[in-house]
Amino acid sequence: MNYLGIKPVRPRVAIFGFTGCEGCQLQLANGEEDLAEFLSAMRIARFRELSSADEEAYDIALVEGAVTRGDEEERLLEIRDRARVLVALGSCACYGGVPRLKNCFDPVEMNHEVYGCHPRESLPTRSLREIVTVDQEIPGCPVAKVEVERIIQHLIWGLPYRFPAYPVCLECKQRYILCRFEQGELCLGPLTRGGCLATCPRGGLGCWGCRGPAAEPNYGEFIAIARQRGFTLREIKERLSFFGGLEVTP
Amino acid sequence: MKINLSRELPHLARIEGHGNIHLTVTQGEILEARWEVVESPRFFEVMLKGKHYSSAGILTARICGICSIGHCLASLRATEQAFGVTIPETARSLRLLAKHGETLQSHWLHLFFLAGPDFLDLPNLFPLPGSPSEIFQLARRLRGVANRICDLIAGRTTHPVSLQPGGVAVMPSREKLMTLREELHRSLEDIRLTVDLFGSFEIPDFVRETEFVSLKGVSGYPWIGGRLLSSDGVEEAENDYRRMTNEYVLPGNSSKMCRLSRPSFAVGALARFNNNFRMLHPEALLAADRLGLVPICHNPFMNNIAQIVECVQVTHEAIRIVDDLTSHPGDIMAIVTPRSGEGVGAIEAPRGTLYHRYEYDEKGYILRADCVIPTTQNNANIHLDLAPLVRRYAVEGMTDRRLELLCSMLVRAYDPCLSCSVH
Repeated sequence: MNYLGIKPVRPRVAIFGFTGCEGCQLQLANGEEDLAEFLSAMRIARFRELSSADEEAYDIALVEGAVTRGDEEERLLEIRDRARVLVALGSCACYGGVPRLKNCFDPVEMNHEVYGCHPRESLPTRSLREIVTVDQEIPGCPVAKVEVERIIQHLIWGLPYRFPAYPVCLECKQRYILCRFEQGELCLGPLTRGGCLATCPRGGLGCWGCRGPAAEPNYGEFIAIARQRGFTLREIKERLSFFGGLEVTP
Repeated sequence: MKINLSRELPHLARIEGHGNIHLTVTQGEILEARWEVVESPRFFEVMLKGKHYSSAGILTARICGICSIGHCLASLRATEQAFGVTIPETARSLRLLAKHGETLQSHWLHLFFLAGPDFLDLPNLFPLPGSPSEIFQLARRLRGVANRICDLIAGRTTHPVSLQPGGVAVMPSREKLMTLREELHRSLEDIRLTVDLFGSFEIPDFVRETEFVSLKGVSGYPWIGGRLLSSDGVEEAENDYRRMTNEYVLPGNSSKMCRLSRPSFAVGALARFNNNFRMLHPEALLAADRLGLVPICHNPFMNNIAQIVECVQVTHEAIRIVDDLTSHPGDIMAIVTPRSGEGVGAIEAPRGTLYHRYEYDEKGYILRADCVIPTTQNNANIHLDLAPLVRRYAVEGMTDRRLELLCSMLVRAYDPCLSCSVH
């Protein structure tokens, strides 16, 4: 199938998962309408969750999950060596995501509480870019399939992808979605990067910041207004730190 | 009996998460037949401590990318039990509909993409460029219906947004519900094709007697809350789930294990079927009959078939729920006032009975949390199935590759979710 008279290259894509829920990988099997076209646009070299085929060579690595163990760090370094393009898939890979929440607990007590006298290896949670160079990040918990498709197209064409600079608030205004903040909910829409089509506010939930910061987020003013509206510092802090993408400690 | 065999299957493919199989047969004796979970632990029970009740369902949904709705619903139920909140009837119906959407998502994923390729002698179900197979198209259509239920009711296919403490945040429009009803009705034909397809597969004939644990159906096939039942005759209240699960830690395995009356027990579609087949819809019973699934079935490979039977069941239930919602819509949200106390939420997630338990302070912050996962409950049973399976099939002449495949198929039949099991 040609595009503008040019036969597109089918890059070899490998999908890997570290510490996380594997929900972002599974989004790749969603989007039923054009799933066949999407999967055919690439040559899937490795996708352990859905395939027992296993090829050594690949061009693009989609890596999901955060890094919390030594063996994961080693595997990530190896993937970096082999892949031409390394993509962090989802908020855990981009920011540490929800698994980062464990970093504020004492690791020894934490391990003892869950595993008693048989502790398991578990290092403080790190995102991919804390360990290797990441060529492209796709944030979201989970990632949105339409955005993944768009970004993969850009990677195939070798074009840079730009995320929207605007925050989630604009997504709501465009869709006439009632403002969750005005309805008395703590909503991180003013701080968080748009492009999510306001999935959460549309479903009746304020924004929890899974996509990381919009351009120039005004943390100070947001916290001041949220406090004026009666939210405690504890609530605000819990929300801001939830997905690890907003780098602020109130 | 095979004289010698030594196989390591690291990071077994087509299952959720990372697990290994170790097989060693020397001079005709099985030295090792071991199932090992090596997924990285995440410590959700610790992360929940100090979190506000409004965060609990959102946080615990992230335990699993396949059964996020199940985790969210168990979490909400535990919170609502702790605060003494009763949710409105319509919200109850919407939650069950979202749950059914997830069961379909998860079962179809497993049947077509994870377990299916073994029976078709393929490495995966990915379409060849330009010519997607009939089976791929069937899978795509069925998964589409399941995803659209979750999108419509829970607000997203994975990690729900509309399922919240007190009920459900958004009531879908009548038009959208009617469209969904038509789609569900149409999908019954695709389900019939799936029954035919799986009816043509050769399911390994392997039996190891075990104990089956599930919720106890009273007025219908059980999904959310209620008493707990084992096929060995143990019955407990939802709040006393720990007497049913008895979690313990084994060195060298990142998942915990569980036991009840025997060294292991099983949960999931086959357990629910064995314990509650009397509550099934006539069409589901018919599918079971056509596929040769007869209670009480002790063949773990038949869990695949029990999942198909449940897909028939939940599709019929979903159609009935949509009818109820369109004819008698009502309130969808109750007032939630935090108070100190504890609550348990037990639900039937796609892979089996899932429990969340929280202790709250008077302001609604979590003091302690406990989550017991279906795959954790299945792990010991998977492990103990392996040696008899190798013994049964390791006849001389069977290739190592075939034996390896059978062991992989056994693990896959349980549809393990290892991210969940090490939460």
